[in-house]
Amino acid sequence: MISFTVNDHAVSVDAPGARRLLDVLREELGMTGTKEGCGEGECGACSVLIDGEVVNSCLVSVGQVEGCRVLTVEGLERNGKLAPLQHTFLERGAAQCGICTPGMLLSAHALLQRNPTPTYEEAQTAIAGNLCRCTGYTKIIEAILACPTRPS
Amino acid sequence: MPRREGRLKVTGRARYTDDLALPDAWHGRTIRSTIPRGLIRTIAFDPAFTWDQVVVVTAADIPGENVVQLIRDDQPALAEREIRHREEPIVLVAAPDRDLLEAAAEHIRIEFERMDPVLHLHDASEELARIAIVKGDVDKALGDAEIVVERTFRVGHQEQLYIEPQGAIAVPMDDGGVTIYGSLQCPYYVHKAVVRTLGVSDEQVVVIPAEVGGAFGGKEEYPSLVAIHAALLAVKASRPVRLIYDRHEDIAATTKRHPGTIRHRTGVGGDGSLLAQDIEFVLDGGAYCTLSPVVLSRGAIHAAGPYACPNVRIRATAMATNTPPNGAFRGFGAPQSEFGAELMVEHVSEVLGVPSIDLRRKWMFRVGDTTATGQQLNESVGTELVLDAALKNASPVVVPSSPSVLHGRGVSLVYHGSGFTGSGEKKLASQVTVECSRDGEFRVLTAQTEMGQGANTILAQIAADALEVPYEDVTIVPQDTSVVPNSGPTVASRTAMVVGGLVAEAAREVRERMATEQPPIRVDKTYVQPSTIRWDDERYRGDAYPVFAYACVVVDVEVDRDTGEVRVTNLVAALDPGRALHPILAEGQVEGGVLQAVGYATIEEMKMADGGYVNDRLATYIIPTALDAPRIKTVLVENPYSGGPFGAKGIGEIPMDGPAPAVVAAIHDATGVWLDEVPATPEKLLTAMSS
Amino acid sequence: MPYPTFLKPRSLSEALDLLATTADCRPLAGGTDLMVLLHSRQIRPAALLDIWSLGELKGIREVDGAIEIGAAEPYTGIIESDLVQRHLPALAEVSRTIGAAQIQNRGTLGGNLGTASPAGDTLPVMLAADATIVTSRRSISASEYFVGYRKTALRSDELLVRVRFPRDGRAIRFRKIGTRQAQAISKVVMAVCLEPARVAIGSVAEVPLRAPSAEAALDRGDVDGAVDAVVDDIRPIDDVRSTAAYRRRVTQNVLRRLLQP
Repeated sequence: MISFTVNDHAVSVDAPGARRLLDVLREELGMTGTKEGCGEGECGACSVLIDGEVVNSCLVSVGQVEGCRVLTVEGLERNGKLAPLQHTFLERGAAQCGICTPGMLLSAHALLQRNPTPTYEEAQTAIAGNLCRCTGYTKIIEAILACPTRPS
Repeated sequence: MPRREGRLKVTGRARYTDDLALPDAWHGRTIRSTIPRGLIRTIAFDPAFTWDQVVVVTAADIPGENVVQLIRDDQPALAEREIRHREEPIVLVAAPDRDLLEAAAEHIRIEFERMDPVLHLHDASEELARIAIVKGDVDKALGDAEIVVERTFRVGHQEQLYIEPQGAIAVPMDDGGVTIYGSLQCPYYVHKAVVRTLGVSDEQVVVIPAEVGGAFGGKEEYPSLVAIHAALLAVKASRPVRLIYDRHEDIAATTKRHPGTIRHRTGVGGDGSLLAQDIEFVLDGGAYCTLSPVVLSRGAIHAAGPYACPNVRIRATAMATNTPPNGAFRGFGAPQSEFGAELMVEHVSEVLGVPSIDLRRKWMFRVGDTTATGQQLNESVGTELVLDAALKNASPVVVPSSPSVLHGRGVSLVYHGSGFTGSGEKKLASQVTVECSRDGEFRVLTAQTEMGQGANTILAQIAADALEVPYEDVTIVPQDTSVVPNSGPTVASRTAMVVGGLVAEAAREVRERMATEQPPIRVDKTYVQPSTIRWDDERYRGDAYPVFAYACVVVDVEVDRDTGEVRVTNLVAALDPGRALHPILAEGQVEGGVLQAVGYATIEEMKMADGGYVNDRLATYIIPTALDAPRIKTVLVENPYSGGPFGAKGIGEIPMDGPAPAVVAAIHDATGVWLDEVPATPEKLLTAMSS
Repeated sequence: MPYPTFLKPRSLSEALDLLATTADCRPLAGGTDLMVLLHSRQIRPAALLDIWSLGELKGIREVDGAIEIGAAEPYTGIIESDLVQRHLPALAEVSRTIGAAQIQNRGTLGGNLGTASPAGDTLPVMLAADATIVTSRRSISASEYFVGYRKTALRSDELLVRVRFPRDGRAIRFRKIGTRQAQAISKVVMAVCLEPARVAIGSVAEVPLRAPSAEAALDRGDVDGAVDAVVDDIRPIDDVRSTAAYRRRVTQNVLRRLLQP
């Protein structure tokens, strides 16, 4: 059994340690908010935070997160209320087809945790590992810069 | 107001095809050709493998017709004997888990008899489609012209690269039919295709789009094939089958934007007046017809650019090659043909020694002008508005400080017809329903899928306005083909203008009837083309589109003189949408579309070997990241169209048309080099710069 | 496919024991290369040895006039390190060009050395800095480490432990020409030093290499000669990312630019 926390909930999974964290989240834990876009660490759709750092969950084997804190898109809401970042994404039109949105939110969340008042270039750099084909990134960056408060 | 399904998307609760959990579903896989052209000699199933643990489907198992329903019945669902391209599907396998599926696939051996493939457009001899548009007397006008400029332009393949790969899940029904869940743009295309291949009745097939993670045309026709395959496996396995492509298979096998060549001869008078345009437009359709005739048609109609010219001849052909079939991609032939038209303005202006902006102002359409097909433009011609707005909003040129970097600026002016071409909308005869239920719920029923562009939001907004009820009170009914009428495909910049127009009409009628009737009230509307729109399919003359949208793009580029790398730093897009129904969504369409076009212009290149794509991974097919994206400024210049709902025209595709020629013009401005092709890769540019 | 056995040692010595006693065992750190190969079934090792969290492979410190960087220290740690910024700015600069945040949080110098791709972005900096690769049993100079296409002097029972960069104040200039601004693999990647003369280049041969003719010209103070000679030192090919002709031309142009005062 491999034990870790997902969105502050303790979980134990009976999975081979070499299995991808992405597959464990989606198929064992039923948390399908984390998406697979390429399976090779290029698109960032599967981004999650491990101990506060953004990673591609398709490149992490679940055995490596033993004892770690994993945050997925499902963990951003608090008591059924959207986090400020989710709210600005929604209001500013940062989500179009939405498939990159979970990963985008987590990269942005990681940035704002470290740096609550990023510049345009810092926001650009922070999401450079998350490909989006709908938005031209414009409204995503706007939403990050407009996020009013530091998350959590 | 935020998009309808936005909350689901920002919380991770939106369900895309691969997110749908179906107990007992098996995993499916497609075994494809490995040669670009030839014959299947044998398909051998290794007796060492226990085949009764899996399900295998070949062409022999197809209960109905072995064909992918589209324009021409040339593409089989599974190849039986003849191989026309390297990704041709031949065998389908389904298994309870992925490991067994892989093991089964490894025990199937297909032997081929290889034939010489036709891999390049210049070797192609088989025609898929041909169109001629003639206005005036081009030969005479070219003979009379004081200056004739001739140039040839080339455009490459482009992958749609929606971030969610293709996929479908088929659930068999007791009566031999299926329910399909999938990532798709056109539920009724898929419906018709699956019905034919399974040989069942319309009622036995139900298609339900899941949330769609991007499409851009890439999920217009290919999902029919994915759904057919999933359905064949599910019917034979008597259980649900998931057929979800990984990225590698998606890039390798699915359709791309058509590559092609555009040859122009333009005749002008000494005063710069535009006298004649002689244009040859050739597209590489790939191995099957797919949508090539209509892509070619839209490309040809737009090939002369938004300019009034008395003598125009456009000869367009789509040719077959032994490469994976090309298909729909945002713009649908127009980005290719307008690339040539816009660069031609640049070349003529260079020869004349006048600024290209001045030439555009002199030539561009104004109300009352006629297009190449003889269509008179009676209203909502936004050329001047967008040109002025783009130039006004372009920031002052900033010359880079580094000695190794050159700066350049380029401009383009483009147009794009809204809705299906010619009599297309008449033939489609789209149907929508708006109803008020017994308990007062307002419901809008169409087949328009939400793929990020905002269909749900726009249609709800149009209905709410016409019903004079709050937006929140309108429900958009999911696009389940057993529930919604066929309002046509979600393509061709037609959703807001054509389907939205019908929804507005139906909703108005519901409101009127509510004054005298008690719910339930249901109003069905079928599209009837206005009698003022005339189109001759034979001669390609008349009103090609009800109306055109217009856009002007100004780009700034920086070119590294050591490496030929091009960075597009700023992009201003001024666009005449008729009316922007939802400015944030409209801007989103523009920003996303122009970045796809910047990728098309600079770094997106499909590299081929032996009839297949070499760079069929996300690590090798390169699209722009946030750091590659220019600062994009969108200016929406409203210019209402009397035939659209609240004045709206279509804007989904036009953002794709303008940036590529503007980038190439800007590269010329920076370096003095004309590349005349996209993508303008550093490899090509550095070679051109040093010769 | 049965998954490889997952081994999670708690110390370097335990890791070495497991490596010695387990057949077909592959060390796994950040996974940015290995997980792709595993998932696409290009490799099917019997066991994975998870060395990501081993304390002995982490950290950046100054030891005896050198900067030592743990083989499993992620690029993010290198980018944020004061020591690196002060003494090895080129290494911080190159680390910023690798992937994007997700990859920088997991990618490591050990991974770059283990994969030993000719396009490995940090490798020319190591060559230009005369870095030493410290393994569990010996020290190997960077210039002797790369022996062939993705082949290294590392033996199968040996683990990379740290990379030692001499702190000699040499000024290394760096440039990566990639396919785009982030998430990019190099078409040409170059690290250059004037004093001592070092010209190290990646993606232009089967291994990341030092350019001996160009360095010899620089030793003579002949910048033009170095730019002319460098094409004789490289063996570029046409591949999915670029062409041999482009790589040759860019190598010369960028070398000339980096050598400008």
